[in-house]
Amino acid sequence: MIDIIISHSPILIVICPLMMSLIVVLIPNNYLSWLITLVTTFITFLISILLYQEVQNHSLISYALGNWAPPLGIEYVIDHVSIIPLIIISGIGFLATVFAYKIMPSEIDKNSISKTYSLWLLAIAGLIGLVTTGDAFNLFVFLEISSLASVALVAMGAKKDRQALVAAYNYLIIGAVGATLYVIGVGLLYAITGTLNMADLTERLADIKNNRALTAGFGFMVVGIMVKAAIFPLHIWLPRAYAYAPSAVSILLAATATKASLYILARILFSIFLPSYDLINYTLTYIILPLSIVAMFAGTIMAIYEKDIKRLLAHSSVAQIGYITLAFSIGTKASIASGFIHMANHALIKGGLFMAITSMGYYLQKRITIHSLSGLGKTMPITFFCFVVCSLSLAGLPLTAGFISKLYLIKASISSEGLWLAFLILFSSALSLIYLWKMIEALWLNPSHNQAIKVKESPVIYTSLLLITFLNIYFGLDASLIVNSSYNASNLLLGISK
Amino acid sequence: MNWIKGNEMISSAMGIWNYWIVFILMMIGLFIVIGRKNFLKKIVGLAIFQTSVFLLYITFGKITGGTAPILTGSASSIYSNPLPHVLILTAIVVGVATTALGLALVVRINSTYGSIEEDDISAQDLVDYHDQNQIFEKINTKLNK
Repeated sequence: MIDIIISHSPILIVICPLMMSLIVVLIPNNYLSWLITLVTTFITFLISILLYQEVQNHSLISYALGNWAPPLGIEYVIDHVSIIPLIIISGIGFLATVFAYKIMPSEIDKNSISKTYSLWLLAIAGLIGLVTTGDAFNLFVFLEISSLASVALVAMGAKKDRQALVAAYNYLIIGAVGATLYVIGVGLLYAITGTLNMADLTERLADIKNNRALTAGFGFMVVGIMVKAAIFPLHIWLPRAYAYAPSAVSILLAATATKASLYILARILFSIFLPSYDLINYTLTYIILPLSIVAMFAGTIMAIYEKDIKRLLAHSSVAQIGYITLAFSIGTKASIASGFIHMANHALIKGGLFMAITSMGYYLQKRITIHSLSGLGKTMPITFFCFVVCSLSLAGLPLTAGFISKLYLIKASISSEGLWLAFLILFSSALSLIYLWKMIEALWLNPSHNQAIKVKESPVIYTSLLLITFLNIYFGLDASLIVNSSYNASNLLLGISK
Repeated sequence: MNWIKGNEMISSAMGIWNYWIVFILMMIGLFIVIGRKNFLKKIVGLAIFQTSVFLLYITFGKITGGTAPILTGSASSIYSNPLPHVLILTAIVVGVATTALGLALVVRINSTYGSIEEDDISAQDLVDYHDQNQIFEKINTKLNK
């Protein structure tokens, strides 16, 4: 029995949330719909851990969907690379669902809660499918499943603030253009090679040199995914979408959505198009490297001048995505590994920060700005503690997860690009201390505006927050798990060429 | 013999006639998405943009003189590639879903803002933002007293 489950787990992990989302929408009871969502995300998380162990033993699991052999049929691939975003998505999905229990009813109409959970599961299914599939066109379908579901989720914030509708609309239009650009790229590649399977594409592209359709297809695919991953000039949809979405949704999207797209970007750059070195090198050094450096500073500076806390965190996400793409753009094994390390750590950090801010907002019952944070640290000590730990982790102080990713990133950049890049990285993380300190100062040092509010922190809300904070500290002390799997991933990505 | 060269050029341009149409449609669609301020028109532009991609895929699959891919018994018959058609069937479904969601959002935007013009809506948002800031300033001055 367990063998059968293991052998079918690459598809089960996608099918589980996909099917359950159809069931959840029919359930009228809000509590029951949350419970089913919780169980489903937990099962998804368990399967992803099973898959992690399988990958450690076999290093590659290939699943032929419907028993059609891979180059012709659709293939689902789990390997050292895809397991990292897979665990991030399913793990954060589970934690965010635990967290959503009390938060969701406070921000969304009672009648639409089960629908929201249905969309929630659909978004998770789409993201997981995005990561597991080994077929370039299938990837487009999952890209659209996840982005349409998250657009609808963002629009659910309209009860609290009507700007959510416009934010969702912009997210939809920009995302749809990005996905369509990706499809054009896939079409051009299909016209050249006659295959859609990623592994097969790599093999066939090796024989093709100096083809203009190849260059065009590559450009379309990369730009399409860059829109989805919110890489600097194409990030314009992200701050508004995260700021006006319901808080629980912001946690889920901020921690997982862009990570899946960044993984796809790494796949395109380092595995599908690996045979065309010149093209990749040119893109990395002349396009992605400068854009990432600009993103690091632009995101941080926008965050410093922002008053709305959720939007501030979204701007800082843009900067953090800059670090990840910077790591990819250096293009050595160590740097790509550091990109994956930061991907995992950033999911933990941003998940924790959004959770802390959300639970403060839950007690205040209004939009959270720098003003409304004043003095809350004393009334909410547990949440404040978690917030401070996650902030320090974001800034990259020792003993936190963020330090590990900065350490590996700086090591990789010194060894291949030189000191100037390491200096820029350090400078921008020092700048990020400004906006973090601004929030901590408001929370702890400013006099309280909210003396009337007697807050009793509820364990339902802070358990998952404490857990994610604990993980931030744990992976700061013993990062071997993340570091080893990231090195496995980068070895696999770059090893294909040899 | 310049006229032969010109003739060849025209015939090759005619040969890739479909691609011309595809890219003209693509640019029209993209221009509407970027250039128009009306939310409904943007969705129409997006639909045109996506349709051009459908046409691109269908063009890849077509072979001149090819028939539908049905087994007739004779092995020599030329047929068009069916796979792009199937892919586009999926893409059409995705496109319909995108358009439907977009239209639903436009309906909601229209009922809450009373307008679907981007300029109108951002002006209203700016007023909201200003009001909020004034409230915060009032709270602050009260507390400082």
